[in-house]
Amino acid sequence: MNRSWLLWAPLAVTACIGGLATYGLVVPKDEQVRSAMIGQKLPEFALPPATQGVLPLSNTDMGDGKPRLLNIFASWCIPCKAEAPQLEALEAAGVEIDGIAIRDRPEDVAAFLDEFGNPYRRIGSDSEMAVQLKLGSSGVPETYVIAADGTILFQHIGDIRTEHVPMLIEKLKATR
Amino acid sequence: MIAEAGLAALWLAASMALIQFIAGLTLLRACNGLLVPLIKPAAYVQGALCTFAFFTLMWLFYVTDLSVLLVANNSHIDKPLIFKLAGTWGNHEGSMLLWVTILSVSGSAIAFLEKRIEAKTLSATLAVQGFLALGFFAFLLFSSNPFERLVPAPIAGAGLNPLLQDVGLAFHPPTLYFGYVGLSIAFSFAVGALLTNQVGPAFARAMRPWVLGAWIFLTIGIAAGSYWAYYELGWGGWWFWDPVENASLMPWLAATALLHSVSVLASRNALRAWTIMLALVAFAMSMAGTFLVRSGILTSVHAFAVDPERGSFILALMLLYTGLAFVIFALCIGTVKQGEPFQLLSREGGIVANNIFLSVILAVVLIGTLYPLAAEAVGDKISVGPPYFNKATVPIAVLLMLALLVGPLLRWRRDDLGRLKYWFIGAAAILLMSCLAIWKCAPEIGIFPLLGIALSIALAVAAWMPLRGRKLLRTPAPVFGMVIAHFGLAVSVFGMAAESGFSSETLTALAPGESAKVAGWEVKLNDVNPIAGDNWVAVEGDMVAAKNGNEFVLHPQSRHFFTPPMQTSEAALLTRWNGQLYAVIAQPDQEGDGRWQVRLWWKPFVTFIWFGALLIALGGAIALLGRMFRPTKKLARNAWQAE
Amino acid sequence: MKIFVAILLMLAAPAFSQGIGPTPALANRQLPDPAKEAEATRLMHSLRCIQCQGQSIADSDASMAATMRAEVRQQIVAGQKPEAIRVWMIERYGEWVSFEPDFKGAGLLLWLTPILLLFVSFWLARGLFRRRT
Repeated sequence: MNRSWLLWAPLAVTACIGGLATYGLVVPKDEQVRSAMIGQKLPEFALPPATQGVLPLSNTDMGDGKPRLLNIFASWCIPCKAEAPQLEALEAAGVEIDGIAIRDRPEDVAAFLDEFGNPYRRIGSDSEMAVQLKLGSSGVPETYVIAADGTILFQHIGDIRTEHVPMLIEKLKATR
Repeated sequence: MIAEAGLAALWLAASMALIQFIAGLTLLRACNGLLVPLIKPAAYVQGALCTFAFFTLMWLFYVTDLSVLLVANNSHIDKPLIFKLAGTWGNHEGSMLLWVTILSVSGSAIAFLEKRIEAKTLSATLAVQGFLALGFFAFLLFSSNPFERLVPAPIAGAGLNPLLQDVGLAFHPPTLYFGYVGLSIAFSFAVGALLTNQVGPAFARAMRPWVLGAWIFLTIGIAAGSYWAYYELGWGGWWFWDPVENASLMPWLAATALLHSVSVLASRNALRAWTIMLALVAFAMSMAGTFLVRSGILTSVHAFAVDPERGSFILALMLLYTGLAFVIFALCIGTVKQGEPFQLLSREGGIVANNIFLSVILAVVLIGTLYPLAAEAVGDKISVGPPYFNKATVPIAVLLMLALLVGPLLRWRRDDLGRLKYWFIGAAAILLMSCLAIWKCAPEIGIFPLLGIALSIALAVAAWMPLRGRKLLRTPAPVFGMVIAHFGLAVSVFGMAAESGFSSETLTALAPGESAKVAGWEVKLNDVNPIAGDNWVAVEGDMVAAKNGNEFVLHPQSRHFFTPPMQTSEAALLTRWNGQLYAVIAQPDQEGDGRWQVRLWWKPFVTFIWFGALLIALGGAIALLGRMFRPTKKLARNAWQAE
Repeated sequence: MKIFVAILLMLAAPAFSQGIGPTPALANRQLPDPAKEAEATRLMHSLRCIQCQGQSIADSDASMAATMRAEVRQQIVAGQKPEAIRVWMIERYGEWVSFEPDFKGAGLLLWLTPILLLFVSFWLARGLFRRRT
């Protein structure tokens, strides 16, 4: 039997590994873990208010016929401070924003809102990250577009930059 | 000036490598070996120049010459001397310089010592080695110059990565490098023998010590790395199937297979093409390993000196060397004659089984490690981790150990079942009895720990069987080496199986004064104190572990480093002959209640894992020394006695 | 000296902070029933921590890993099968969160690899063994 083709197999394997390694070097690694909940209904949850004077948040507060944003933040998270002006801008554009504060203390949330403004309609406190887990969220800050019927439409990972504001407004409009 | 002298030496050494390579090209028939006499001198000079360059860099670290960029970035005037010196290779540039230095010195050593193979094959080998070195010199000089100056010079220096300020870790990378370079020498021998059509016992004997040496270093390197991860990561694990760990395991698997097949070639003149193939694969794996560690294309806890640009340089070198070698393999292997025949039931047959199992494990680890990357290329995001690697490799390792119960007892060429029937029955009885006994004591044990313990008990007996009926004083050292290495494997597997089958865990939170129990030990947390190191602060638990009236003090720490900010756990380990008590103190539990998270494990026979690995390396060392101090003539005669 | 170090530690804390909320009770405590705890531990070793560099949630100090450990233990206590909990995690984070690929699609090929390789290598090696001597 002629097995001469077999002699070239190691070279072929090397070429495959080389190709794969080159791919790994050239294509930037996607470190983000996206939620697999996009396109699904919000999971059930009911969170207590994150600090005095704000309203609590449960899944039934959203999906009440109006699309809105769900912003996951924390007072101890630095990018969350950076995105505060963009949230203000969104609120000014008439967008309703609900917030979930992750692993936070009431007094810290209050100080955060005092310093950076309060664009939120409601803020729930997720002190044990349980709701974050249910949402398939992997960090702070993250922003979700929630449809009028409570479906999760879109996940934005990281802080909202100025260029993201029109994009988010567009997504909200498209759901109507 | 000193730094410039080092750099000049490197350039000169690179030109020596070039001469070595070009002179090697004149081995081609058309040139009639015109420049061949230059090869050996060039190899000597190259080795000397590299050694000079390396000690120059070490001197710069010793005096902390901060006008050199590398020293300024990786050292500090206040650092202890041992870490100043370790700083020479505790960074990318220095470690590459160490690599080429070992490579060049090994080249000189071959040129000087190797008398067994034909002059032409030796010249070809040195030419290949020059070609390899040339690539690494180019890498060093064009993209990672260790002697670059920094103007103006800073006053204090930046300091070494805090994790590298650990005696174990300071010596872990060079150990692996010795292994990788040894495999590169085996690679040069293989290509040299292939090109000059000298694939036979003489070549195998010339290559064997390098493979053996490389394998010893790799064994020690992996064991040390594993022990380090065990006490530093703070959750009691000693092997995580992390890409970087796999990268160090793959060359070891290839080297282990090569070590066995080369002995068949040396003493029986069989498995010729396969041995060449393994030698090429082993070096390719060490390059691939270096690439995986340095390029950062796979996510790892142990990533070291990650830099994609350098990664692409290593990748290019790896593809150049491996690709060319496999082309030569495909073109020339046809001229390598079929080796001596043997039967399935023979020592050769056993070693073929060993090689198949090891190669399949290697392939599974390689594929599993690269699989997430391949899946990502087609748009799938998946993870391949410990559950896969355990389930995919352990059954093959079980087959390997079963083969090992019999393999070393078989005769060369052919053997018959009848001769060994009592041993077969005996081994089966030991296996069965151990299985039953363990199962009786611990009916809930998993299948793999059960098989692991039973097999290691059987192997601990089987390992010594090759000595049966021999006059011990006249038994060659390599046989003792084999026996000890196989016994070491049994010890190590016993540790792994016992640890995974019988560890006890206690996760709790203690306030000072409270205590917790684990596997018959009572551990009391007396106090928690803040302490400070050079560049870290820590909380330290003051614990007392008591069992049967004996008390031992434990001091686990949770350390915070400032530059770069990171957190490490320094587990407190209490070693007994039959296991280790592993204690960790973590964060405060809930705010304000004064309790600290404490994790305790009793890990039965866990130390056997690394102790066994050291025995394996010791066996290798005995075999290596035995071969080095044995007259060549006698060795050749013994090897052919079978004929 | 002690006070100085204690202050340093407090200063250092924000740099590593992942928030100061309470750690879920079951994150760092075992379940009272050893059989259930063993089930949970086995599952935790096969789930990947979302915030870390390729560690399992059983080997990580990250707060997200703690939350995931607590979730696993809670669901085990509630009588869920480990496989169902794994699917629950995959529904939220995708296949990526599981260290153990499924027996389907690309994962199936991966699981078949060792068996295929064993067959191929024995098939290739069979030419080595000769009956004649």
